[in-house]
Amino acid sequence: MVEHMKRNIFTIAMAAMLGAGTLVSCSKKLDRQPPNSVTASQVFSTNAGAKKALAQVYAAYALTGSNGSGSTNLVGIDAGTSDFVRLLWDASELSTDEAVCAWNDPGVPDFHNMAWNSSNPILLGLYFRIMYQVTVANTFIQQATAAKGNFKGSDLADLNHYIAESRFLRAFDYWEMLDLFGKAPFVTEKSPIGVGTYLPPQIKGDSLFNYIESELKDLDNTSALVAARQNEFGRADQACVWALLARLYLNAEVYTGTARYTDAITYSSKVITSGGYTLLPNFHDNFLADNDAPTNTEQILSIAYDGVNTQNYGGTTFIINAEIGGSMNPTAYGVPTGGWGGNRTTANLPNLYPDVTGTTDKRALFYTAGQTESIASISTFTNGYASVKFQNVTSTGQLPVGAATFCSTSFPLFRLAEQYLIYAEAVLRGGTGGTQAQALTYYNMLRDRASGNNASYEASSIGLQDILDERGRELSWECFRRTDLIRYGLFTSSAYLWPWKGGIASGTGVDAHYNLFPLPASDLNVNPNLSQNPGY
Amino acid sequence: MRKKRLLVQMAIGCLLLLLGISSSAQTRTVTGKITDSTGSPVSGATVTSPGYPGGTSTGTDGVFHLSVPARARTLLISHIGYASQRVPITGPDVNVMLVVANSIQNEVVVIGYGTQLKKDLTGAVTSLNAKDFQKGAITSVDQLIAGKIAGVSVTSNGGQPGSSSTIRIRGIASINGNKDPLYVLDGLEMPATTNDGIATTAGISSPLDFLNPDDVANVTVLKDAASAAIYGSRASAGVIMITTKKGTSGTPLFNFNTSVTAGTIAKYLPVLNAGQFRTFMAGQVAANPADTSFADMMGNSNTNWQKLIYQTAIANNDNLSISGTAGRMPYRVSVGYHDEQGILKTDKLQRESIGIHLSPHLLNDQLKIELNLNGIWTASRFANTSAVGSATTFDPTQSPYQKGSPWGGYFEWTQSSGHLNSLATRNPLALLEQDNNSGNSGASLGNVHIDYQIPHVDGLHAIADLGYDAATGYGTNKVPANAAQAAGNSPGPGLNNKYKTNTTYVQALYQLSYIKDLPSIKSNINLTGLYTYANTATTQYYYVGYDAAHDTLSGSAPIYPKYNPDYSMISYVGRLIYTFDQKYILTASIRDDRSSKFGPTNRKAIFPAVAAAWRLKQESFLKNVDWLTDLKLRGSYGKTGNQDGINDYLYIPQYSLSSNSSQYKFGNTFYNTYTPAAINANIRWEQTTSTDLGLDFSLFRGRVIGAVDYYNKSVSDLFFPTAVPAGTNFTNNITANFGTMTDHGVELALSVNVIKARNFNWDVDYNIAYNKNTITKITVGTPGANFYGQQAGPISGGTGNMIQMQTVGNDPYSFFVLQQVYGKNGVPVEGVFVDRNRDGVITPPPSADGYHDHAPYAPVIMGMTNNFSYKKWSLSIVARANIGNYMYNNVAADLGVTEYMLNPLNYLTNASTDIYRSHFYAPQFYSDYYVQNASFLRVDNIGLNYDFGQISRTASLRVSANCQNVFVVTKYNGQDPEVSGGIDNNLYPRPRNYTLGASINF
Repeated sequence: MVEHMKRNIFTIAMAAMLGAGTLVSCSKKLDRQPPNSVTASQVFSTNAGAKKALAQVYAAYALTGSNGSGSTNLVGIDAGTSDFVRLLWDASELSTDEAVCAWNDPGVPDFHNMAWNSSNPILLGLYFRIMYQVTVANTFIQQATAAKGNFKGSDLADLNHYIAESRFLRAFDYWEMLDLFGKAPFVTEKSPIGVGTYLPPQIKGDSLFNYIESELKDLDNTSALVAARQNEFGRADQACVWALLARLYLNAEVYTGTARYTDAITYSSKVITSGGYTLLPNFHDNFLADNDAPTNTEQILSIAYDGVNTQNYGGTTFIINAEIGGSMNPTAYGVPTGGWGGNRTTANLPNLYPDVTGTTDKRALFYTAGQTESIASISTFTNGYASVKFQNVTSTGQLPVGAATFCSTSFPLFRLAEQYLIYAEAVLRGGTGGTQAQALTYYNMLRDRASGNNASYEASSIGLQDILDERGRELSWECFRRTDLIRYGLFTSSAYLWPWKGGIASGTGVDAHYNLFPLPASDLNVNPNLSQNPGY
Repeated sequence: MRKKRLLVQMAIGCLLLLLGISSSAQTRTVTGKITDSTGSPVSGATVTSPGYPGGTSTGTDGVFHLSVPARARTLLISHIGYASQRVPITGPDVNVMLVVANSIQNEVVVIGYGTQLKKDLTGAVTSLNAKDFQKGAITSVDQLIAGKIAGVSVTSNGGQPGSSSTIRIRGIASINGNKDPLYVLDGLEMPATTNDGIATTAGISSPLDFLNPDDVANVTVLKDAASAAIYGSRASAGVIMITTKKGTSGTPLFNFNTSVTAGTIAKYLPVLNAGQFRTFMAGQVAANPADTSFADMMGNSNTNWQKLIYQTAIANNDNLSISGTAGRMPYRVSVGYHDEQGILKTDKLQRESIGIHLSPHLLNDQLKIELNLNGIWTASRFANTSAVGSATTFDPTQSPYQKGSPWGGYFEWTQSSGHLNSLATRNPLALLEQDNNSGNSGASLGNVHIDYQIPHVDGLHAIADLGYDAATGYGTNKVPANAAQAAGNSPGPGLNNKYKTNTTYVQALYQLSYIKDLPSIKSNINLTGLYTYANTATTQYYYVGYDAAHDTLSGSAPIYPKYNPDYSMISYVGRLIYTFDQKYILTASIRDDRSSKFGPTNRKAIFPAVAAAWRLKQESFLKNVDWLTDLKLRGSYGKTGNQDGINDYLYIPQYSLSSNSSQYKFGNTFYNTYTPAAINANIRWEQTTSTDLGLDFSLFRGRVIGAVDYYNKSVSDLFFPTAVPAGTNFTNNITANFGTMTDHGVELALSVNVIKARNFNWDVDYNIAYNKNTITKITVGTPGANFYGQQAGPISGGTGNMIQMQTVGNDPYSFFVLQQVYGKNGVPVEGVFVDRNRDGVITPPPSADGYHDHAPYAPVIMGMTNNFSYKKWSLSIVARANIGNYMYNNVAADLGVTEYMLNPLNYLTNASTDIYRSHFYAPQFYSDYYVQNASFLRVDNIGLNYDFGQISRTASLRVSANCQNVFVVTKYNGQDPEVSGGIDNNLYPRPRNYTLGASINF
């Protein structure tokens, strides 16, 4: 009897356990939610949340990934190399007379050899980094627009500014694509996100130019952005739209075959006269660790880095560390634990200045002790003068908080000096709406600052070559040189040579197809809508 | 005389009383020794007398003593892996010499969710018992089976205490997904080694390290898909089932074994000594008298840095187990203590373990409960392993110490300003002695298996199996302020960093099984249906970083206190095993798996399998073939899956906040950014379809036993980092399912009893396997002209160089390099490569100048064990060989060039002696010169045992001496030809271990 009861109890217990098993089988067990993350609707439910998402639209330029300097959004390229400015710098400076790099990192030597191809990892990184920025901006525009109903009053006004800024940044990205690759996969806030769902069409040449122009003009016409100099540091304002339009029009002939110098004059003038910007008294302050101060009246838009809070191995951290080697003391440049011994200039850049010491022109910021002017070996850092234009010390000579390797110097994307030179060049190239006299005045404003108001350093007349040379002196290492040389027809041709151009010590011309970079093979492989640039 | 006997009886009586056992006057003791067919003692065999309570087990010497009632007539001897035998008790107090039949056919083998007689197996399953295991300084279960199973490669991940091995069954099962086999411990399916990128076992390298190898009774490997398919989505890399030792019947049996091990470095990495270094520098000055900058930096010492950082490592291992039956409950309780130094100074591991196994049978054996509990606790000090690399490159002319050095008295490279040279190599000794990374880990895993025979339906069982695995690992890494390894340009700030990871795995399984003999139709059916639920949750804790003074390091504050991803699985399984006439066996199974890693539409996958075996020997035409003891033909087909090795939430759109060092500044405020995560809503299972054809045979009454297998696998929907069209995702590359791979191979396993004489026995176990993996697809569409494949295999030297390439038609991870041109003297000509695309330019890979030059995985692997026994002596030799595996010698490529020694960064570096072979000035990372044949023959283990047998009436003793990693024969000129993944870069050297051990049963 007892035995029998025992058996029953066990039978019931077993049945109960089996029953419990069936109960837990409901499929909710399989709907696991990721920890430490939120949905888009949660992000865009408040102004504070939307602003943090906007911060990512900007941070996409400053960071390689969201979890520290070792993280990256891109695959197939070293994390520290995958940042926008570092990639752009390699492509825009190492391919010109302004810089060579000692490193043998994958893809790097291709630039001074002018022998890149569609497998170059730096170009892959650059292409995808820019398109990543576009995708983040697209998603922001889409989600923020959808969430507008949740916002009222000043919050709604803020949100509209965020959207407009994202549209501006997207236009800037597409301008970079146009300038570097001549074409782009065309995606907007209406394009779907995901795997295997969508193959973007290609946009190129005139169409791409027109798209960028129409976006910028629409932003301008609707005064969608905060007025010039009225936004927080680090965020785009109305003057950014003008500055980009000016730059776009200056190069329009390269992009579309149609010159637009008059428009370049119109928009550069707008920046110069309506923006409220002035040149900083001291040129070098633009490239030091406190260049993000609100008192910086010259910078229109910069990428903000911080040695503690915005860390990455690209950006100014790359520019500054890579320029230090040989007998240079890293601490003197604000990176006590840094100094990577990579980049120097060819003789052509120092030769643009009256002297390399900076006595006449303070923009001649070179380190020459133990360095030779000529470059016998690219892989030897002491061959070629080092540039010390970018530094991680403040204008008063202090090290920023936490100075070690990471830098706090912001990288200027647009500053007033460039607009002066756009105006001057557009006038000289036949644009209307400006004067030769005004062009000369702007030109001499830069030379006055550079020389400490030395009247003898002022020019009495200028030609196009003077503008190019002045751009070299003023804007060196700021990612302008490749675009400038192409506009002047000097990038690939043998009309202008520099040491190691085309991989030859004495320099040599290369085929004109190198004026555009190739699309990375990996995107061509997955998107049949894309066509490669000629020659690759 | 009588007195003496009385004394002895009294002493024994006291001992028995001490052990809590009362003996009856009407009993007698039967003593015997159990040996297997080769004459080796069989330990752990259960000896009972049917019909009477009590029982005992044999010790390691095979000897048992059993008290039986005077009227008992028979003994029953049983042991997992052997057929049970009944023998008559021919007289009182008589030594019974038993030979347990070694017929493979009656072995009981664990299979997924059950057991089966080996004769009825339909799949490729290899089972190893304790007697087959590798012996010596074994610290983890994987080491037990190295070289023992055809097609199973076990590569240790280096010599660090507690470091595990990489196990690959029949080649690699995946390219980017999980490649590790599924481990099943006493029915508990253990979690994968990582979950969502977090190691599930922090501080410990493998889930197997949570088990004391001394507690393992049996390891069974399911190799073919049909056997493994019952485990469905986690089984595509094979299944390793581990059974722990269980309680025995009868009086308590104590086993104590102890060993002491001394480990030494087997081979130093060849680098220049101080004399060679000075000669080199003198040569530089002679060549360029103007530049003495390098020679000027030399010191006056002769330091062998490698000698300085390695030590003779002492290890102790003690295990005590008690097994027996209390009431009606067999039990086994074991405790283990392990204390090990690493051969790298400061490396230490202490481990304590406990295992409890209870198997009560209740209700007249209708209810069987099996409880397994394992606990382990480790305390480690982890040496800073970067010392391994820095010892090879540190200038041998410098002294380790420097008077007045602010760096704790150690010599460090400084700038002329006195500041630390931040890019210089750090003093290897300081790296070790100034770093105190102490960690603890603890784990508890266990399960309860309840098997209830449902009344009135003979053969119908309801089974519940509830298990868990909970692990924690935590520690602190402390570096003092004066240590160069955590300093800025001047001493400080040091380091004080905490870390912690927890893992919890739970599993619930409910099963109904029905086994029925139907003699009228000569059939046996075995039906199983089950449901399981499993959840793996890991928690990684984030801490603020402190400096040595316990001040917060700026930017180190974590934004979240922890990250705790988890994933769940729900599965339904059905299986039928049908046996007809004991000759024809059919197995069919189906598993339905659902995983939370995939979106609702991709969640479900079906894994079917079917297998058949034909016992040819049972056929009349073979019955009379005397020399053929047994012959079985088997074939199987099955599907398995893979879901480990990818993120838990890839299909869910989500935003997360960036970390504090990844903020962006607007105005004067830094914002953590809301970042959208890359997403693949279509992620789904990786699937492997396999077929296997096998032949099991036994010849000459079991003197030769073997198995031959041919298999063919094809993997589809491979997890592959896929280039996504620019503009369509938040990355350029995401894990997606495409790509296919095929795999085929042949395996042979042979056990031969070569000599069997009265006092001498010689057994040879030999296995050889050939495996060939080929990638058959890696792009969605047709690849473009400039597509060379998916790069893999990052190497050190330069930034972002990768040496391997996944390409259609080639082995996974094959090296993609430039073809070096050699001079007439056989010396490579620097910078001269074959222009394979004839465009006049050599473009480094990925380019058309690159070519596929061999692969890291050995196509042929072999293992051989020789066991000799002579009287009480036995000698065992285990050797392994890999043939056709290639290695990228990254040490030589990085360190073996002049330019490396003449770096412009104001410090000196030593070079690999490969500099004398290659004579390269500048690095030639992509030269095929560095892709070197790493085929090898390694004598893994030589063990000598002496069995004293009975040293007293109740105790027996066995002693052993063992050498592990005895020697390696190879043409490879790096440190060790065996590096998992094929890129040799400062492996923690595997020690050569000498072990002395003793085992006592009482």
